[in-house]
Amino acid sequence: MLGEGIAKGLVETARNFFGSYFTKDRLTTVQYPEERLPQFEAARNFPFLVYDGGDWQAGLRCVGCQICEKECPPKCIYIEKSKDKKPDAVGKLQFYPAVFNIDVSVCMSCQICVEVCPFEAIKMDTEFELSTDDRFGGLLWDKAQLAKSNEHYRKIHPTEAAEVDARLAEEKAKVDAKVKAAAENKTTPTSPGAVQPGSGASSTQ
Amino acid sequence: MLFTIFATITVAGAVAAMSLRNLVHSVLALTLAFAGLAVVYLQLGAQFIGLAQILVYVGAVAILIVFAILLTRDAEATPKFIVDRSWKSSGAVAIASFGVLAWAIHHSAASRHAVPPQPEATMQQIGNGLMMRFALPLEIIGLLLTAALIGAVTIAIHEKQETR
Amino acid sequence: MVETADQLFVILQHWLVGHAPASLRSILSVLLPVIAILVVFGLLFAITTILERKGLGRIQNRYGPNRTGPFGVLQPIADAIKSLTKEDVVPQAADKIVHFLAPVVLVLAAFSIYAVMPVGRNMVLANLDAGVLYFFAVSSVMELTIFMAGWSSRNKYSLLGAMRAIAQMISYEVPLILASITVIMAAGSMSTVTIVEKQAGFTGILPHWFVFTPWGFAGFILFMIAATAESNRSPFDLPEGESEIIAGYYIEYSGFKFALFFLGEYLGMFAISGLGITLFLGGWSAPLSFLTWLPSYLWFFAKLLAMIVVFIWIRGTLPRMRTDQLMNFAWKFMLPMTLLNLVTAGVWRFLPGGLLRWLVCSFLVVVPYVLLGRGLMQGWKLEKRVYRFAE
Repeated sequence: MLGEGIAKGLVETARNFFGSYFTKDRLTTVQYPEERLPQFEAARNFPFLVYDGGDWQAGLRCVGCQICEKECPPKCIYIEKSKDKKPDAVGKLQFYPAVFNIDVSVCMSCQICVEVCPFEAIKMDTEFELSTDDRFGGLLWDKAQLAKSNEHYRKIHPTEAAEVDARLAEEKAKVDAKVKAAAENKTTPTSPGAVQPGSGASSTQ
Repeated sequence: MLFTIFATITVAGAVAAMSLRNLVHSVLALTLAFAGLAVVYLQLGAQFIGLAQILVYVGAVAILIVFAILLTRDAEATPKFIVDRSWKSSGAVAIASFGVLAWAIHHSAASRHAVPPQPEATMQQIGNGLMMRFALPLEIIGLLLTAALIGAVTIAIHEKQETR
Repeated sequence: MVETADQLFVILQHWLVGHAPASLRSILSVLLPVIAILVVFGLLFAITTILERKGLGRIQNRYGPNRTGPFGVLQPIADAIKSLTKEDVVPQAADKIVHFLAPVVLVLAAFSIYAVMPVGRNMVLANLDAGVLYFFAVSSVMELTIFMAGWSSRNKYSLLGAMRAIAQMISYEVPLILASITVIMAAGSMSTVTIVEKQAGFTGILPHWFVFTPWGFAGFILFMIAATAESNRSPFDLPEGESEIIAGYYIEYSGFKFALFFLGEYLGMFAISGLGITLFLGGWSAPLSFLTWLPSYLWFFAKLLAMIVVFIWIRGTLPRMRTDQLMNFAWKFMLPMTLLNLVTAGVWRFLPGGLLRWLVCSFLVVVPYVLLGRGLMQGWKLEKRVYRFAE
């Protein structure tokens, strides 16, 4: 009969109306600033520079090689390489970026800088509330704003950070072994022919 | 005082309806004239006529004219204001007939009464009159209008079949 | 005490007028109710916008606005500030004068409807002999303003919206008026005050409202359907269908003029609900005889709010109709039903009271409803849609 469907619809909407006051599951809206959904582990938004140890200026992994600057598709990275060398986290003398700026408004979160970096120095952050009331200076982030500790990286991307740490540790072990071998070579000059070619090959690498 | 204002509005609306170039503007001016007339009726105490004037003329007739204008031809392209011989002669006829009517009314016996006896016409009386004394004319008019309506519908249906 | 509470505003008005200088008295006695109407119904508009947004939200399992103030109750104020401070854009090709006049005349007409609305005992601005006729006369002016808005904007969508609105309003004005004629027949008067007074009595504890008769019930439903169409609300919101013609006739209006249109539309809805209450739901009279101690104006506004809630509920439930469905419904269902209802009301008037009258009149209402409904639904078959060109 005419009107049956209308009555059914009215009952359904009434159920929705009153149900939304009693059953919280009905309301799918997340009240954003107060409530937040947990982020996915692979979430990414904007790059940051990783440093080791406690002091961000000394511990920056970045050596200012400018590969990321060249690869960046929207050209949002600006790097000035230093003229001198400073000791890094482990005390080895390295070049460092005198200026390292990224423009938030230009970055498109593509992660290419992360993929090309040979030093695991730049990674993606999950922070996404980057808005500011100053649209020129406030959106151009310099080295100090970009630098974040390795602990922070471990916290936001645990799986990825563990892999990176393992890789770095492996490389470090390799280097250590090499240094050790070189030192042994120096101390035992009696058998130069057996070790020299190997150490020579590794030094050219 | 109030009568002067509303009479002026009515006449101004009527003049604007004749002289405006844009047809839709003319219709709106005509509507203003209708509304002014309705207010004059209301002022004279003829509530039913006044409100019926608004309901029928402002509500329905104006809309009907608007539909007719918008559906038949381009409302924007209006010809220039033409003053030719036919316009002049029709103007002369209009002025002459107005003069005759004014003279006749001025000299007739009806206008001699200083205060004409005003019949009290309430809604009840109008309703009773329409339903009792004038029931037959009302029915005949209703029948006529229904016939017109059915005729219009028949024409519309016929046209639809032809085009398909 | 009860009497004083009931007549509180009337006494207040007399007191204020009595204390004014003699030269101002006549103006003041007209001006005070006018100001009261402007303030009360303006506020009601603000309340309704928040009610509607919250209600629709809950119907769709959302929260609705909840940021401004506690539970979002200050949202209307935020909306008002926003629309007042917005830029008023007038299209270059628009007909400037008509474009400006349309919203002003709309709101003027919408407010002047309330002159004949009895919101409480002795609380009516003008007790016209032809009150109901006045109502329909003034509301027919609103159609013209909609055409003015749509035409003067020089926009395809606004003109389409205006034409749709006029076609719809003219079609539904016929059943609207025919449905209210039943009440005029029963009350024997077109004065809104008299109509309410005729319904103010009680039998036992039940009131003499016209809705509690077979023809009154059918008339009320038909009246409210036509009223929904007249006020261009869902499911009859074709004239302003956002998804097809964006906003219809007021697409080219911004800022304050847009707010005026919004106001006019809601005022029209309140007015037509108010008329429905006056005609069928006993106006300001209490629903049960032992509740008469509550002031009459409270009852009127309680009923008005109930009607608004129903409007919102229906808007949250039904999808928009198609134009052919709209016209079919108007001319093939509403019109015959209202005409037959007129006959039913006449039969009710001339049959002696009792069970027989109830049976005969219920029969006269239900049978046409079933038959007409069946006739209307005859063409409705749910089947797979066949496309001629798209495939």
